[in-house]
Amino acid sequence: MGNKLIFLTLLALSLPALAKEAARDNYRTYCVQCHGMAGNGKGVNIRDMSVQPRDHTDAKAMSARSDDTLFKVIKEGGLSIDKSVLMPPWGDTLSDDEIRDMAQYLRTLCKCKFGGN
Amino acid sequence: MKKVLFAMALALAQTAWADGGMDILKSQCSSCHNLTGPAPQTLKELWARKGPDLFYAGNKYRKEWLVQWLQNPTRIRPAGEFYEDHIKPGEKHDEIDPATLKPHVSLSKDDAQAVADALMTLKPKSDLIAKEKIEEGTISKSMGEMVFDKFLGCMACHRIEPDYGGLSGPELYTAGDRLQPEYIASYIRSPQAWDPKIWMPNKHVSDMNIQKLVHYLEALSQENKNGK
Repeated sequence: MGNKLIFLTLLALSLPALAKEAARDNYRTYCVQCHGMAGNGKGVNIRDMSVQPRDHTDAKAMSARSDDTLFKVIKEGGLSIDKSVLMPPWGDTLSDDEIRDMAQYLRTLCKCKFGGN
Repeated sequence: MKKVLFAMALALAQTAWADGGMDILKSQCSSCHNLTGPAPQTLKELWARKGPDLFYAGNKYRKEWLVQWLQNPTRIRPAGEFYEDHIKPGEKHDEIDPATLKPHVSLSKDDAQAVADALMTLKPKSDLIAKEKIEEGTISKSMGEMVFDKFLGCMACHRIEPDYGGLSGPELYTAGDRLQPEYIASYIRSPQAWDPKIWMPNKHVSDMNIQKLVHYLEALSQENKNGK
């Protein structure tokens, strides 16, 4: 028991010790560059893109995606749900906890939930 | 014997030169550049950063490039740092707000040389550099662009020509000139190993494609230099 606790403590200490950030702050840092300051898909990077970023305020399009799909596409990137390679995987940047929060934050931008408005 | 003395004198002079450069760095550069590390560990620290971290400059830059650039600086990050502080809503999409971007100071030739010498002594990340092995090789521009653009989507954030590509990351048409190839490889392999909160994702690029990207960026810089 004691050994197990020491092992778990050591494991926890060896993981990256970055503190959890708020979804809004993560959005501003990582998503705005393509999805835009207003979350409408009109980011500073989009002019030369062959596929335009998703408009996160589009309730119709966003309600067609489940929370699990949102989690997957943020963590593993566009290709993981047969979408564009231009949406990168953020799994090495954000923790699973932060990605779950981000999916919920997106629901506040679209003012929608999966399967309906 | 004379040769040895000369070499010793030269080494001492270079050390003195680097010391002078470090004085300049500390007095003139440290308000915008982190010279001691670590890289930002929180978003708040990331947002406060005004210029690239220089505490691993000796692992990152090519010295000849530093000497030239410090005398005649050009903008490398079209949207500055932190990018979100330098953009505004535009008619069709968000735009860079040029009024918020300040030019970089330029140095005299002697100061640029001294600062470059001092920067090249800053090598705390040599363990990461040592893991990379760049193979000799070339890649055609069209194949390189295919990997960069179509397969990996790097152009979303980076420019590969002065007027083509994204704006939130540094331009890459001079990257081959600016950066050590092992640094390019290591940074692509894991941006977070260098800068944990950076807005460049780890795309899990294969070893083969890392080699191709290094060769491509070197070819791109060569072409840019030749003015084609």
